[in-house]
Amino acid sequence: MKKLVSLLALIFCAGVLFGNAQTEAQTGEVEVLHWWTSGGEAASVAVLKELLEAEGHTWKDFAVAGGGGDQAMTVLRSRAVAGNPPTAAQVKGPQIQDWAEEGFLTNLDDVAAAENWDKLIPKVVADIMKYQGNYVAVPVNVHRINWMWVNPEVFEKAGANIPKTWGEFETAAKKIQAAGLIPVAWGGQPWQEATVFETIVAGLGGTDFYRKTMVQADPGAIDSPTMVKCLETLKMMKRYTDPGAPGRDWNLATAMVIKGEAGMQFMGDWAKGEFTAAGKKPDVDYIAVAAPGTSKQFLFNVDSFIMFEVKDKKAKEAQKAMARLILEPKFQEVFNVNKGSIPVITGMSEGPFDIPARLSMKDFVASANSGDLVPSMAHEMATKRAIRGAIMDTVTSFYNSDMSAKDAAAQMANSVRSAQ
Amino acid sequence: MQTQSGIEAQRRRIFRRREDVFPKLVLAPTLAAGTVFIYGFILWTAWISFTNSKILPNYKWAGIAQYVALFAKEPRWWLAIRNLFVFSALFISLCIVVGLLLAIFLDQRIRLEGLFRTVYLYPMALSFIVTGAIWKWILNPNLGVERLVQAIGFTEFTFRWLVDPKLALYTIVIAAVWQSSGFVMALFLAGLRGIDNAVIQAAQVDGASLPRIYRSVIIPSLRPVFLSSVIILSHIAIKSFDLVMVLTQGGPGVATDMPATFMYSFAFRYDRLALGAASAFVMYLAVMAIIVPYLYSELRGTRNA
Repeated sequence: MKKLVSLLALIFCAGVLFGNAQTEAQTGEVEVLHWWTSGGEAASVAVLKELLEAEGHTWKDFAVAGGGGDQAMTVLRSRAVAGNPPTAAQVKGPQIQDWAEEGFLTNLDDVAAAENWDKLIPKVVADIMKYQGNYVAVPVNVHRINWMWVNPEVFEKAGANIPKTWGEFETAAKKIQAAGLIPVAWGGQPWQEATVFETIVAGLGGTDFYRKTMVQADPGAIDSPTMVKCLETLKMMKRYTDPGAPGRDWNLATAMVIKGEAGMQFMGDWAKGEFTAAGKKPDVDYIAVAAPGTSKQFLFNVDSFIMFEVKDKKAKEAQKAMARLILEPKFQEVFNVNKGSIPVITGMSEGPFDIPARLSMKDFVASANSGDLVPSMAHEMATKRAIRGAIMDTVTSFYNSDMSAKDAAAQMANSVRSAQ
Repeated sequence: MQTQSGIEAQRRRIFRRREDVFPKLVLAPTLAAGTVFIYGFILWTAWISFTNSKILPNYKWAGIAQYVALFAKEPRWWLAIRNLFVFSALFISLCIVVGLLLAIFLDQRIRLEGLFRTVYLYPMALSFIVTGAIWKWILNPNLGVERLVQAIGFTEFTFRWLVDPKLALYTIVIAAVWQSSGFVMALFLAGLRGIDNAVIQAAQVDGASLPRIYRSVIIPSLRPVFLSSVIILSHIAIKSFDLVMVLTQGGPGVATDMPATFMYSFAFRYDRLALGAASAFVMYLAVMAIIVPYLYSELRGTRNA
């Protein structure tokens, strides 16, 4: 009896082993780590999965929900250190170079050459996807950060004009406040404060100043009178927000603009989804304009997938197929219409996109040509996270205390210096 | 040839050895796992704090650079330590005062004592995350206490502690005391019930008033309970991470930052693993500084007895 049981067990194990080997030999599997778990995002990722499976590969989803990817990054790090990284992971900005430096990523130059990526993607974006000249990551979409979402009814009630410069901003805000409404819908979280801060730096200081301080993080440029002016403008805005702002989520602030309680919100283009979900029409119920002083500038946030070095041949093929499919017009169109961002490849038709998206696409190309396309610091595109953390800590403690702008600029320069 | 008693003695010896060995065998995996995953990784964290690890661990020795950076170049760390001291002092003293008062009141042989005891102990059953979420709503200026009192009629009333950088720390104290004072009450109640009635009766015969009896007889004999409460509460205070994250997210700004939230931010969000490890190790040393003397005094006591 015992011998029969052991024999059966042996056959079962052998069957399982061979069965697995059979499956691996037929299709390549791509294991993808991401945190696109909410409704629209999950639907968008499902599109890529379908396209990949239509070509005969398999997609193994590895979704880790939660806050801007903190948990996902921690899981990724443990997997990588254990020697078992996934095939692809949703990593963006300078972190791509960090991972490449550690030697984990594969070379995508053959796919890039075949598909002509260098012509399709603006150079600023392509440089972030490369390490030492070789493509190691694939960009997926483009979000613009420096938007201002305006409720025209509120402005009409107050008799104010939509501001085009930061000087005009205070005039408009005072009028709205006098009419008994809240001028700025504010979400008191460090990343939101940093978003508005970098918009002010770009608008007041100009593209070159933004590059020196937010991208190159030069302590000398940070501790300067222009930075002091930017910080003072940020503090000035506090007067025109409501006392319940600290800790407020960004979508609750957008709701204030939708409901007509507040006049404007400074937020990236994902706020458009909230307006659409509330049934509001662009240029009728809400107006999307570039934040004051930044009409020619485009602060971008590009989501991307890094590709890990895999040994299995079939998996490698599936990985290259995935990279190719991401930058093909079909996926770019469906994904971005669903998610509310714009395609990262240039030259796509604007047909399926709505008015704010079309404006965004035009500005994307225009700013790429004029040199005003810059990565967003607040959204982990411009600098390493250590430096971004140093800047954000200073901005948020300055905004929430009575630190003077001069002290804050000096402290920011010091923190950035020690974070490098 | 072995005698009957010889065989029995041998069997007893084998049985005793098996009796000795078997429990050790069963506990061995747990002990091994504990040693490796707890003590081993404490040492690993300490090692990492002496390197320059950024996004992934690297094991090259870099001296005490991280500790220097922590204490000399990070103003947020000193703020976190100051917050921890203020929070711990208020949290521990308020918990003990409230716990002791509740225990004394419950000890008066009132009706429905069981009900009151359960009600006061209930908050302990909640996790700090739930406590934080509830108090975040209660203390929100637009939704909670302020709106309630204004709705009653006091339209000039404001209660903005949660959003005031100078006062937000005290809201964390409120939520934490609400959660933990029930537990302290239970400890003190047990202590009070353990006091010998004869001593109290002797004091009453001597003509002492009730407050005097409490002050001079009962509370001094509760010293061991005070000690246990302080130890447990201070370890809760040092670890307070989830409550802060849910209630204020370390804000407004960085006003309610604690060493634990500091460590999380720097190790996992700012890709400065070595600095986070250094701050974690400093926290560990702080806990050791409290626990080790306590353990030493306890063990010394048992040896003497």
